[in-house]
Amino acid sequence: MERSRLIRAMEDILGNEGVIHEHEQLRTYECDGLMNYRVIPDLVVLPETGEHVQRIVRLCYDEGIPFVARGSGTGLSGGALPVKSGVLIVLSRMRKILEVDIPNQRIVVEPGVINIWVSQEVADEGYYYAPDPASQIVSSIGGNLAENSGGVHCLKYGFTTNHVMGAEVVLPDGSVTHLGAGRVPDAPGYDLLGAFVGSEGTLGIATKITLRLVRTPESVRTLLAGFEDTEGAGGAVSGIIGEGIVPAAIEMMDRLTMEAVEAAVHPGLPDAGAVLIIELDGPGAEVEEQFGRVLEICEENEATDIRIAEDDEERALFWKARKAAFGAMGRISNDYYVQDGVIPRTELSAVLGRISELAEEYELRVANVFHAGDGNLHPLVLYNNATEGEAERAEKLAGEIVFACLEHGGSLTGEHGIGEDKKKYMPKMFTDDDMNVMQLLRCAFDPHQISNPGKIFPTPRLCGERPGPFQMHPLQKAGIVEQF
Amino acid sequence: MQTQKGLTEDLRGIVGSDSVREATAEDAVEGVEPAFVVEPGSVEEISDVMKLAAHENLAVSPRGGGTKTHIGDPPRQLDLIVSTARMNEIMEHTPGDQIFRAEAGVKLEDLQEQISGSDQMLALDPPESGATLGGIIAANSSGPRRYKYGTVRDLIIGITVVLHDGTVAKAGSKVVKNVAGYDLSKLFTGSLGTLGIIATANFRLHPRPETARTVAVEAAGPQQAQAAAQAIVHSQVEATAVELHYGEEEKLLTVLLESIPGGIDAKTEAAHFLLKQFGEVRTLSDEEVDHLGPLTPPEVTDEIVLKIGAPPADLAAVLESVVDAAERKGLAHPRITGHAGTGVTFVGLSSEDEDAAAGFVEEMREIRTRKGGNVTLQRAPLTLKQRVSTWDNEGDYLGLVRRVKEKFDPRGGMNPGRFLGGL
Repeated sequence: MERSRLIRAMEDILGNEGVIHEHEQLRTYECDGLMNYRVIPDLVVLPETGEHVQRIVRLCYDEGIPFVARGSGTGLSGGALPVKSGVLIVLSRMRKILEVDIPNQRIVVEPGVINIWVSQEVADEGYYYAPDPASQIVSSIGGNLAENSGGVHCLKYGFTTNHVMGAEVVLPDGSVTHLGAGRVPDAPGYDLLGAFVGSEGTLGIATKITLRLVRTPESVRTLLAGFEDTEGAGGAVSGIIGEGIVPAAIEMMDRLTMEAVEAAVHPGLPDAGAVLIIELDGPGAEVEEQFGRVLEICEENEATDIRIAEDDEERALFWKARKAAFGAMGRISNDYYVQDGVIPRTELSAVLGRISELAEEYELRVANVFHAGDGNLHPLVLYNNATEGEAERAEKLAGEIVFACLEHGGSLTGEHGIGEDKKKYMPKMFTDDDMNVMQLLRCAFDPHQISNPGKIFPTPRLCGERPGPFQMHPLQKAGIVEQF
Repeated sequence: MQTQKGLTEDLRGIVGSDSVREATAEDAVEGVEPAFVVEPGSVEEISDVMKLAAHENLAVSPRGGGTKTHIGDPPRQLDLIVSTARMNEIMEHTPGDQIFRAEAGVKLEDLQEQISGSDQMLALDPPESGATLGGIIAANSSGPRRYKYGTVRDLIIGITVVLHDGTVAKAGSKVVKNVAGYDLSKLFTGSLGTLGIIATANFRLHPRPETARTVAVEAAGPQQAQAAAQAIVHSQVEATAVELHYGEEEKLLTVLLESIPGGIDAKTEAAHFLLKQFGEVRTLSDEEVDHLGPLTPPEVTDEIVLKIGAPPADLAAVLESVVDAAERKGLAHPRITGHAGTGVTFVGLSSEDEDAAAGFVEEMREIRTRKGGNVTLQRAPLTLKQRVSTWDNEGDYLGLVRRVKEKFDPRGGMNPGRFLGGL
């Protein structure tokens, strides 16, 4: 289809203001939160309803045009990177909270709704939405769903996938289906919702999402403890977990991170080699006793400085320090790359040791921030783009770090996704058969591979069922895929 | 297709002669008898068996402990049972990481026993005893603790599967947090052997609670039962389970509370306070807990068991509709239990009047289709299943379910006919 005809067809669906086709305006959408990859889409469309999404996708399907869905564009793996000659479907105009059902602890929202709005909507009822990625004040529920976002409180409460109970989905052929039973437990059939959440936009677009709401806890206690080094902080983490305590959150930052955070938001962090922020929540008596035990464990591990949040304001300050960590890097480095790897908690000391070896070898600084409770590391590789070759060196170092995670029994990504950025590493974690079997699922949902093509898998496979006379698939022609 | 004898030889060649036998009547799956039972001892052996099965176009039914073969419609065809009885090794348990990796044939009880030394548990408590991890995943079994810990989908972190043609694939990992690749662990959860054979699985573990109490309230009727359940669910008491026993005589809502020694009294008091407005409240004695406690496996004496999934806040309407329909159909008062906090209700019937039972099932389905929910048969005589399928509420996702099945099992050799939509 000619571009001008496509624009007209989209304008028929969305009106003029719902279609962006001027080059300069399109550039706004050339990347998501990961700025090393940039592709200018052919067209950006801004649907306002599920029906709009359905008609857009149907048109793409009929014309064989690839599309990419985008929420707030905060993703850190290039999952919402546009595809060349493709349509970018931006869901940020679909921002209605459709239904609040407190008796069944559910809320139904459109995909563009911002994560924090959900908790704000039900706060007066004594409820909140548990998954809280650091980006929660800007990231959308649709994007959270696509990436299976984590957050600082997922050790106790689980990830996005544990909180999405149902979704209305526009499949890549433009048909609409409902996955998961929403308010009802155990929908019969395969857990297609479980497979859909975290599929990074490659299986379709969620247009209505049912989330589980969690009752706010009776009591919350938060402390911040400084340690001489990450070893000591790691010892405290092991001690707490070994005791059978499940904190709502345990976060660690190393000295370099603290330096940056201090410069950015001045939370008054202790002068220490590492700091832990530990939060416990639940029924009052239980929390009190366990909090006392956590304090003891910190002391046993030679915490140098322990601060207990006296009120919600101080608690918020601790969390502000943690959530500001990525952004604060700008204070100590021109550029930085956020890595997202996972290790078994017990390998922490070994992997941190390896990271500092690698940093030395590559002559770059690495700041470490991580969700210590679940072993999710965010090493931040600092570099200067203006220095010849440094960006490449930083990327290589970030790769080496995630390989170290794999060697210690971990994963390529805990919450940021594979997207565009890490697909080249997938063969380090999975065999060809593993990836081919995963792609059977892709073929069931999206046989023509038009939904966010080229992401997750290094070698996309075609599904071998294009009806009608044989013609080379556009992706095959472009050398992006090979025939299954 | 080769002769029976030739096939036996080939199977023996793969798994050894002690691990192949001809099937007996006891191996029948919902009335359909297979030819062989084979017990591979490794992932590679399962793969080789499946390659042979694909070559010979055999219909295969995977089997773990055989405790749930009553779930699902009768298979259209069945030649070979692949039992995971010899796949019973716990490959890794790292207490500090709160995870384990195990072969699918490991029995849940054995696992819990093995890891209890580190004061950890897999937070799954399905009622059937002797169930294997593979079977629990395939049937998506759950128990009372699902209220706090969720179901298989919330606890499984990795899986190895063998497809109909012997392809071996894994997904997930052994770390709790991981978003690399598609989540096939969830896809296979509840797939009832129709997508492939689950060979190994990795799960996250939880600390074993130190103390427990069960608080019960006598509920006069459906409204009180629902109000009591809602009071707990919307409180900050963080109960572990909210269960219902709703008989003709005794109607009890029981709440399992677990905590550390210093926290259990306060939790118990809070639960008493919340429940006392709905009826007489008491903390169950140890003896009572043994037969009324949420974690006591229900005695299955009923020939027909329905599982009704409904919004938890519709509990009263579910109970009313069940009792009312049973009465109108001339059925005895059904035995009703359920996970009241999560919207699961089990209805047990022991009627010989199959017309009445079929009418009852259809009426429940009709109501739930209207009001939201689903009704599946957990257990029923074959003659009843022929009239009303195991499955209900196929929804608009059935087409997608079918396409997934066709991709994973294009020859239709995996447990054909047992799943919803005749898959």
